[in-house]
Amino acid sequence: MGWSLENISHFIDSWLYNEFDPTIARLIEFLIIAVCVIGLFAVLGLVLILMERKVSAWMQVRLGPNRVGPGGMFQTVADTLKLIVKEGMTPLNVDKFLFNLAPFIVMIVSMVVLAPLMFAKNFQIWDINIGILFITAVSSVSVIGILMAGWASNNKYSLLGAMRSGAQIVSYELSAGLSVLCIVVLTGSLRISDIINSQANGWWLFKGHIPVIIAFVIFIIAVTAETNRAPFDLAEAESELTAGFHTEYSGMKFALFFLAEYVNVFIVCAIGATIFLGGWMPLHIGNWNGFNHAMDYIPSFLWFFGKTFLLIFVIMWFRWTFPRLRIDQLLNLEWKYLLPISMFNLLLVTVIAILKWHF
Amino acid sequence: MAFLKNYIKEVFSAVRSSLKGMGLTGYYALHHKKEKITQQYPDNRDELILPERFRGEVVMLHDENNEHACTGCTACELACPNATIKIITKFDITPEGKKKKALDTFVYHLELCTMCNLCIEACPTDAIKMAQTFEHSVFDRNKLTKVLNKPGSKIKEGIE
Repeated sequence: MGWSLENISHFIDSWLYNEFDPTIARLIEFLIIAVCVIGLFAVLGLVLILMERKVSAWMQVRLGPNRVGPGGMFQTVADTLKLIVKEGMTPLNVDKFLFNLAPFIVMIVSMVVLAPLMFAKNFQIWDINIGILFITAVSSVSVIGILMAGWASNNKYSLLGAMRSGAQIVSYELSAGLSVLCIVVLTGSLRISDIINSQANGWWLFKGHIPVIIAFVIFIIAVTAETNRAPFDLAEAESELTAGFHTEYSGMKFALFFLAEYVNVFIVCAIGATIFLGGWMPLHIGNWNGFNHAMDYIPSFLWFFGKTFLLIFVIMWFRWTFPRLRIDQLLNLEWKYLLPISMFNLLLVTVIAILKWHF
Repeated sequence: MAFLKNYIKEVFSAVRSSLKGMGLTGYYALHHKKEKITQQYPDNRDELILPERFRGEVVMLHDENNEHACTGCTACELACPNATIKIITKFDITPEGKKKKALDTFVYHLELCTMCNLCIEACPTDAIKMAQTFEHSVFDRNKLTKVLNKPGSKIKEGIE
């Protein structure tokens, strides 16, 4: 028995069901999953924020954090420690219940979206038959958390940021959904494991000709907007709205928003890597058997995280290249360009799928 | 049809210009070691490279005979926008027995100076210039009031 994540999870599962009553075993599994998810979130927050700071520094010909630990490795750890010891202040005139609830809603939404993602070969929290639909449906709930934060803050900047964020997330979800739909049309299934298995002989990005490449580009643009990142960061627009919907937040509640932003980036990139780049599937090129065998030796979770981090790098690359769009430019881009193009593109993909033109 | 042509042209030019921008930042990201311009100041104090036109403080030039070029004309004092310079003059007796105005003390208030370079431009004899020193912090404000001409120095021969 190899030490893959699949085998480890199976081993723990069968051991728990042997030792305990099925109900208790299931509860213990829930607990293990919760601890794993929270651990993943903490690690992702630390790694992604450090990565963002380093990437931004390199793109702007700066050095980035380089004092705390070797090469600045522990900078984000130190920042997190600082945020933990800070006071979680609730301003006087806010709606206290909603104000304190909002960061947790945003966070919980990101946690729930994690459920159908496949991190390695057969290693997944919940193999649900409507995986993609579940992800697109649940991820739009986060806008409620953002609106809640903006409204409860009793602050005009927060409210403006939240309203912008609402308009933006709702519009860009359309083209993101249509791009995802392209792959669903080609695969014929909403289940994440089916989508990944359909890419065993090649990733959809390579198999689906130009329409899938267009869908991929639109997906990346739309999810950048959906996660409220520059150049679509109107929801927090530092120079106009101080910090948008989280202006009034401090301490750990602010950290939750900050963390949720980065975890959302990870999640949308993971979805992109799953449906366009084959998830944990290794890179195989036609009949190069030696090359294909060598690729198979790389563990599947490394493939998944490698692809995901590649996409995260692309999204960071966007952020440090493009200036922020105005709200009218933002909505123009979605409603006049991305949406018509992705609708037409979906039509093309459907034709390809029906006539079986894809490889 | 013209609309559609324009539309497609716009999309392509947008993609092209976006890729161009990303190419530049991508180049910087890959070559950040070569391109970086940040100086890690306290660490590289010895090999610090300052720009040629960096202005740190006003100094008076003295040659090896402890002679400066200041005639005490007070042009710099008049040029200074915020009274950083105060020149105290005296009268020297020339060998011919004539009285001649000369510099006694060149008082320079570093704490008031904005490094605007107007005094250097006003000086007719290039007696003062901007030095590149910049670590000026002291514990006592009085130490920032400096006398620029060295003790016992006198004006060079032939400078009027």
